[in-house]
This record gives sequence, C-alpha cells and structure tokens, in this order.
Amino acid sequence: MAMLEVNDIHTFYGNIEALKGVSLHVDEGEIVTLIGGNGAGKTTTLRTISGLLKPRQGSVKLYGEDLANVRAHHLVYKGISMVPEGRGVFAKLTVEENIEMGAYIDKDKARIERNKEAAFGRFPRLKERRKQVAGTLSGGEQQMLAIARALMAQPKLLLLDEPSMGLAPILVDGIFDTIKEINKEGTTVLLVEQNASMALAIAHRGYVLQTGEIVLSDKADKLAKNETVQKAYLGID
Amino acid sequence: MSLVTNLDLRKTAMKWLIASLITLSVSAIGMVELFGERFVITGLFTMAQVMFLGPTAVFAYRAVQETPQAQKWLGLLKALLIGLGVGLVMMALVWLSQNIDIRSVFINISPKLINILTFNGSGSLTLLLAMVGAGLAGGVLALVPTKLRTALLVGGGTTILTGLLSEILAERLRSLFGAQVSNAIFASKALQLVPAIVLFVLITAFVYFRSTGHIKPANIRLPAGRERLVLTALISGFLLVLPMLLGSYLTEVTNNIGLFFLMGLGLNIVVGLAGLLDLGYVAFFAIGAYTMAALTSTGPLGLADMSFWVALPICVAVAAVAGFILGMPVLRMRGDYLAIVTLGFGEIIRILALSDLMKPYIGGAQGILNIPKPMVGELSLIRPEQMYYVILIGVAVAMFMSVRVRESQIGRRWMAMREDEDVAEAMGINLVSTKLLAFTIGAGFSGLAGAIFASKLGSIFPHSFNLLISINVLSLIIVGGLGSIPGTLVGAIILVGLPELLREFAEFRWLAYGVLLVTMMLSRPEGFIPSETIRRELHSGDEAEQAG
Repeated sequence: MAMLEVNDIHTFYGNIEALKGVSLHVDEGEIVTLIGGNGAGKTTTLRTISGLLKPRQGSVKLYGEDLANVRAHHLVYKGISMVPEGRGVFAKLTVEENIEMGAYIDKDKARIERNKEAAFGRFPRLKERRKQVAGTLSGGEQQMLAIARALMAQPKLLLLDEPSMGLAPILVDGIFDTIKEINKEGTTVLLVEQNASMALAIAHRGYVLQTGEIVLSDKADKLAKNETVQKAYLGID
Repeated sequence: MSLVTNLDLRKTAMKWLIASLITLSVSAIGMVELFGERFVITGLFTMAQVMFLGPTAVFAYRAVQETPQAQKWLGLLKALLIGLGVGLVMMALVWLSQNIDIRSVFINISPKLINILTFNGSGSLTLLLAMVGAGLAGGVLALVPTKLRTALLVGGGTTILTGLLSEILAERLRSLFGAQVSNAIFASKALQLVPAIVLFVLITAFVYFRSTGHIKPANIRLPAGRERLVLTALISGFLLVLPMLLGSYLTEVTNNIGLFFLMGLGLNIVVGLAGLLDLGYVAFFAIGAYTMAALTSTGPLGLADMSFWVALPICVAVAAVAGFILGMPVLRMRGDYLAIVTLGFGEIIRILALSDLMKPYIGGAQGILNIPKPMVGELSLIRPEQMYYVILIGVAVAMFMSVRVRESQIGRRWMAMREDEDVAEAMGINLVSTKLLAFTIGAGFSGLAGAIFASKLGSIFPHSFNLLISINVLSLIIVGGLGSIPGTLVGAIILVGLPELLREFAEFRWLAYGVLLVTMMLSRPEGFIPSETIRRELHSGDEAEQAG
C-alpha cells in the first residue's frame, strides 16, 4: 500500500480551479518529486496535502486513512512535516528556539535533546549560530534551519516546498545532498521543485504538473531523458 | 572643503527651524506663561524657562552628536548657530509684540509672556544670550564622555522632576518628618537652591561612579539560591508599607496605576505575546465592572447582594467567557481587520450599557450606584490605603500568572502564532485554541481590573468605559515595551501616574501625552523596557552588522 495517496483532487481559489484532478502516490522510502513551471499548481498540491487548503473533490490518504477531516495542525501528529515555501523560519527567535519549536508535539525532553543534537550534527553551521536570531541567517542557513526544524517532529513523510528557491547554486547542491541523506536514513520525501534537473537527480520517481494537471509521471531517470521534459523544464533542445 | 559644506548647513538650518517652531509654539499657546510662576528651584529658574530653552538645547545637542568626533569645534559652532538662530526668532517675536498688535490673533502672546521671555524685562539681549547659552550647553553636553553625560542627564532630570513634583513631595515630607524638614528642602512649591544642588550632585555622582564601577551594588553574602527569596521579601515588604509612605492622594494615584497595570498585563498577552491587535479591550473591563455592580449593589439594581469576594471570581469568569465569545468570530482575521472588529465590539458594549434596552438591568446613563466596598471581617475597605491591598493582590496574582503562562508551552504557542500562523500550524499548533486562550485569559485580567474598579468607585456609568481606555492601555504597553512585564509597569506609571501628578498642566496634559507618544515611537520604538524578541525585531539591522 502506498504511504501517501492523492486521488483526483480539485482545489479552487474562489472560482479558479487551481488543481484539475491531481492524482499521485508516494511509497515508503521514496523521494518523489513534483516538477512544473510557475503557476502549475505545485504549491497548491502541497498545501492541499497538508490540509491548509481543502479540495472540493477527491481525497488525500495517508496509509489508507482519509485526511479530509484531519485539521492542518494534526498532520504533524500523523507523521507529516512540512517545510513551507520561502522557508518560514521564525525570524525573531533564535536558531535554537526555532529548532525547539519544531519539537512542539514532543513531550519527551530527553528525546528532544537527542534530536536537537542530531540536528546540530547534521548542520554544524546551525550549531555555530545556535544563539543567533534566525532572521539574520543567510538564505541557505535558513533553509537548513527550516529542514532541521521539520525533522524535530521525526516525521515519516517530509513535504518540501521549493527548497532551492532563492539560493546560490552551490548552496542548492548542499541542500539536495542533505535531502538525499535524510531519505537514506528512512524518511520519505515529497519534493516540490522548480529546479527540475536537481530534483530529478536525487528523486526516485517524478510527476510533471502543468496548469493543474499531471501530464507525465515516470521514474526520475526516465523523466530526465524525456524529450518534452528536457525541452520544457531542463532547457535542453 | 569649505566651512559651509563642513557645517552641513541644510541639516543645521532644519534643526534651527524645528527648535524655533517648537519654542514659538509653546510660547504662543500659553504653556510658557502658565508656568511663569512655577519655580523648579525657588527664585532661580522656572518651568517656563525649561520649556523655552529646552528645545534649543536638545537640537543643539543632536547637531553636535551628528558631527564626527574629529570636528567637535565645528559641532559647537553649529550649536552656537542654532542657539543664535532661535534667539533671533524669539527676539523678533518680542519686537513684534511690542510694535504691532499681534495679540488679536495670538491671544496668548501677552505682556506677561514677553516679560518671562525677556527675563523680567531685562531686555531682548538677555533672551538672545540665554538661547545661545542653552545651545552651547546642549552642544557641550554632547561632547562629554558617555558615562558622565548619562549621569548628568539623570541627575538633571531627577532634579527637575523633583522640582516639578515638589508640592506633593513637600506634603509627604511634612507628614512623615515634620514641617521643618519639608521647609528646609522645599519652598513655595519648588526645590530650594541648596538642596537642589545637593540632589543634583549626589545623583550625578552616584550614577557616574556606578557606571565606572567605583560603587558596586552591596555584596551581601547569602546562602546560595536564597538571593531571589531575600529580594522578593524585600520588595514585598516595601510594597506592604508603601501606602503609609505615600499618603492618601499618592496611594489613590498608585491604585489607578495598579488597575491599568492589571489591564496592561492582560492586553500584553493578547497583543504582545499572541500578536492579536485588540482595540476593544475596554469591553471586558466594562463587563467585569458591571458584573460586580449587578451582583453586589445594595441599590435597586442589585441582583444578589453578594459580597465583593464572592462576586470577584464570577466577574473574572464572566469577562473571560465574553473574551472567548468575541474570540470566535475573529478567529480567521489578522492584523487590521481584527483591530476593526474588536473596536466595534468595544463600542457595542458601551452602547448597550447606555441603551434603553438594558436600562432596567444596568441603569442606562444613570449607571449602577451603591456598590459596596470589599469587606475584611467587619472592616469595610473605604480608604485608598486599604483598597491598595486589594489591587496589590490582584496585580500579584496577574503577574504570577503572566510569567508562568509566558514561560510555558502556551507562551511558545502564542509566540509561534504571532510570528507565522501557517508555520505554527505546520508545527502542530492548534491555532483555534491558541487564539481563544489568548482572548480568554486577556479578558479575564481586564474583568478583574473592572470588578475592582467598580467596587473602588462605588458607582459606575457607561461613560467610564469609552474607547480612550482601550487606547490608553494599548499605548502603555507599547510605550513600556510590548511583551515585557516590567515594561508594562513603567508604561502604566508614565501614562497613568504622571498625567495624574502633573494635573497643573491642565489642558496641556494631553498635548504632553501626545508629544511623549510621538517622541517615544520615533526615538525608542521598542519601548522603555523591551522584551527580548521585540528588541531583536526592531534592531535586527544592527545585529546583522555585528554578525557580519
């Protein structure tokens, strides 16, 4: 059984149909990427999965359980963590406070402490800056922080919204290495990305979204070789 | 570079203009005249002089401060020019008033004002010299090393404030130590010269040596971990005997400060911690007060003849429920929209209290009368000195709760929600319950203040619950420092206590209030005692520089 199953969702902004029947599934242990251009509906899909938007039609299921009546803040209890677009760190809190906020649902102090150390182990940069206010971090560091924070809830499924946005290419490499690593350690990842080549390089499978519809889906390496994808998203003629 | 470019003429001229305008205004609206007889130091200088010389000194000070250290003589030249400029403007005013009839337009430019401006008629030249002196004094102050400058400013400020409040202080000294002590220090509503100098020197020296480390806080050896206990005991002891030191009038002022502090603590939770801008906060104050009135009044509108102590928790609960109910429709609103809805809610409550509909129950414009004072055994707490303790207990409870709540999981939830609602939700925070909790607890504090208020006054009327109270409470937490508890106290003292003490400012009180708010927000937007996160927010630019 698929871990996450999205079945024919239609999501509206007022009268505008942003998603016109999107279906996808994520299996345990995978990195699945959702690529597509501006306004294709990538973020909308992710926000619908995470419960911030309600689909008018269709269903989102986690291990077969329908999430329609699960409120957004309960998803984290079910094992889904999200790293929102634009990183969304708490700018006025320190790095450490941000990370602790990620463990909001955890009541076990010893485990929080362990996870925190693990996060600092993974991102030594953050450890150096643990007392610094998050708003003063660089873009790459903020992205690291947002990921570290999401991992504090020990999610089974990590939703990442455009982690490469606004980052220098060298930093993007680092972030994608981290994502791969996190996945190897057992966290399933759904990655929404505009940077198709990078996303396809680390993903197992991929979906191509265009104006609210899935137009292609395949193994990541095959998608990377697909002519349409190459033309439209990889800039290869 | 030529002298002209070095002088930064544009900026200097701007300062001269602003200083002149302020000085002209305070003269022309009658403030200077009102304080012409009001000595700060007996026979030496008056409040009026502080007012018309002050602006020049302040702007000269700033002009020097903006000049690079290496060119300090240039800075002093600027200060001199500003003083000279303002002096000339004021001389022109004097000349105009003596030769042309400008009083028909500016009614307050009276011969008496001119007399004050020219130092009892000793001529315009004295005025000019005084202005130049004020400018230079301000300029020199800017060149003094920081530590000494702070000490001088604190010393000077305290001396002027003591002089201003001398009537009240003299009365207290008289009743505590006898007329002799009082008369030795104060005369005709002002400080005597010698005590003023002593006070100034003492405070300046203390602040200075404290900052250089020559005077250290007394190093009392206490068993480890007991420091807090001893400190708490000392503060509690002081608070317990405070009314005896203060006397009735000052205790009454303190009580008002206490009630506003109590409301400030509640609003601090809603606005400062949870980030929900509430402009209708007075509604809960009113609900608490009316509940107390209805439950305890011995008049025709009293429902239950309860005692104060039985009714008190009910009032808090009713206000808290009202907060919860208001919270529900505004759950989806943020920022400005929320502010407007709460503003409406505040007005609805006031208008309901005034309405004919509710008149049979809460008396309409006539209000509810005959609300009994709290009783302790057989003793009715009539005097302000007695009521003080009731308020003190309320404040203590509210402060304890505020601190505990802020440091708890709930406090973190509020903070996360204030920063970013979506991310907070993604972290697993239930926004609905978090918001409702903030409204409920905040409203409960306000209800407590309202209940005590009703009992303290003995009668309540709808007009006591106008928008100005909401604004006042909001202002005091902002001036004090959003999110900070000591800041709230300082804000309450400044915005509730000072206007009360400076009653003689009469109609200029609210002008001073407005000027204070504007200056404060321009120069220190984080408030007097800011909380850590707010300070970070407003100075994140500075920190970035440090980090970089």
